[in-house]
Amino acid sequence: MPDGDKKLDAKARYSAGVLEYKKMGYWEPDYSPKDTDVIALFRITPQDGVDPIEAAAAVAGESSTATWTVVWTDRLTACEKYRAKAYRVDPTPNNPNEYFAYIAYELDLFEPGSIANLTASIIGNVFGFKPLKALRLEDMRLPVAYVKTFQGPATGIVVERERLNCYGRPLLGATVKPKLGLSGRNYGRVVYEALKGGLDFTKDDENINSQPFMHWRDRFLYCMEAVNRASAATGEVKGTYLNVTAGTMEEMYKRAEFAKELGSVIIMIDLVIGYTAIQSMAKWARDNDMILHLHRAGHGTYTRQKTHGVSFRVIAKWMRLAGVDHIHAGTVVGKLEGDPATTKGYYDICREEQNSVSLETGVFFDQDWASLNKVMPVASGGIHAGQMHQLIHYLGEDVVLQFGGGTIGHPQGIAAGATANRVALEAMVYARNAGRDYLAEGPTILAEAAKTCTPLREALDIWKDVTFDYASTDAPDFVPTTSVS
Amino acid sequence: MRVTQGTFSFLPDFTDQQIHEQVQYCIDNGWAVSIEYTDDPHPRNTYWEMWGHPMFDNPDAAAVVYELNECRKIYGSYYIRIIAFDSSPGWESIRLSFIVNRPPEEPGFKLSRTEVKGRNIQYSITPYSSDNPQGSRYK
Repeated sequence: MPDGDKKLDAKARYSAGVLEYKKMGYWEPDYSPKDTDVIALFRITPQDGVDPIEAAAAVAGESSTATWTVVWTDRLTACEKYRAKAYRVDPTPNNPNEYFAYIAYELDLFEPGSIANLTASIIGNVFGFKPLKALRLEDMRLPVAYVKTFQGPATGIVVERERLNCYGRPLLGATVKPKLGLSGRNYGRVVYEALKGGLDFTKDDENINSQPFMHWRDRFLYCMEAVNRASAATGEVKGTYLNVTAGTMEEMYKRAEFAKELGSVIIMIDLVIGYTAIQSMAKWARDNDMILHLHRAGHGTYTRQKTHGVSFRVIAKWMRLAGVDHIHAGTVVGKLEGDPATTKGYYDICREEQNSVSLETGVFFDQDWASLNKVMPVASGGIHAGQMHQLIHYLGEDVVLQFGGGTIGHPQGIAAGATANRVALEAMVYARNAGRDYLAEGPTILAEAAKTCTPLREALDIWKDVTFDYASTDAPDFVPTTSVS
Repeated sequence: MRVTQGTFSFLPDFTDQQIHEQVQYCIDNGWAVSIEYTDDPHPRNTYWEMWGHPMFDNPDAAAVVYELNECRKIYGSYYIRIIAFDSSPGWESIRLSFIVNRPPEEPGFKLSRTEVKGRNIQYSITPYSSDNPQGSRYK
């Protein structure tokens, strides 16, 4: 886009008064980002009549050094260095009122190793800025120098697998249901049956903390009885995500210490505890050999709508920096939001050493993760054994597949539901490795496996027609087209 | 009971042909395949005995199946597993591990509880077979 603006001389630039942001130095169309710059890509929807370039410059200004008027104190600093620079504004492919604005930030604007500091700038005041109808942070490029200031995942996929002695297949989990109301004793029953039947993990739900029907110590004690009995019954390492989310850090540390004392391999936190609390728990987890599961409770309030908020791909990046080992990242085929291409982008961010630009999956930047551990994505919500071929096709091998209803709702009981899922999973991985076209032949492969596994037969029968086929609210803007050469 | 460690323990035991298929998959991925055996199936027994080194640079699954059958001649009443190592950057770990031989009878594990302070219990898991010395645990 043409800029139409000439750079002002110092006298004109710093005269008292109000100046357009693009004239204050926040629009630099010739700027070429440095390798050490943080880059943010925003989707901006300007108010009617607002020039998109001025809107982009305003976002750069409001998320870095600017205020609404000229201030002489800028001249006491190397202010040009600290100004964020909008350097590119593109129309979006599908909506004439929306634009992609690329903004580069000098690395010195950010405190090392602090998601709180990064986000206070990037998604701070700027999201309430009146000249914009809506604003969405679509993606970020984090320079290696900055990535290296974070611990990253406490355990990572490789070491998690080594600790669990589980290789070559997705891990299996289930969330205990009903999510609220069970006593500790009844709750542990579900954990025991599910783990004995073949799951690797069970999980507290996001809102299971310490309530009148079940206080946290009771849950922890009964769950660990269940975990150890299931381990003895199978010879496998088993785990249950003990949710340590609480009202204060002191209380969370206390619960985490108790989980460690009881020998749990994994604890869990909710996204709503906040970025700093998450970083603190990740540090605790690294220090205490604990896998750290993150439930993304609350993210849908700001990730789901396409014009405003923060894309989940950015949340996934922040959480990899912050240091969680597991993150819920979508199922594609289940009951919760998740277009296949967009979901692939999230999974790539969690698991790859380096991400390459891939507009069809919503990844706008190359990203080098600089040997930060990989995050294990978790697929949870409305999935069942009959979808196993699709789940492995879309989500791959390094993922936790969580069948809550799809385990506990089995007609022959929880252990049978767990066995059905495990047999379906192993049969599908076996078929894939043996070179079969498992996606096309999936139903046949499952039917064959069900011949020697009655629980799987029953699961396939009861859930065969269950699909969640709704239009996605967050699909990629760019669709690959076939070119003829 | 049936020890269900490994990638395929919930499927019926593999034939040598099926083992061959899975091993070839590993080799084709560039992974080095190894054979390990033990008579201590404790879930945290990490280091099973190695039947030689991982077979680096071996292009043919038949060689692994041959070695497996040699191993079975001596350790046929032990647990034997196939392990595939991936040396590529960012992994440098095991990518597939599955049991290919089991004792004729698997007595399972004893769960011991030690009651400590409060309602806390400390658990330990012991294979019933480990009461016997190594080498005389399974018939």
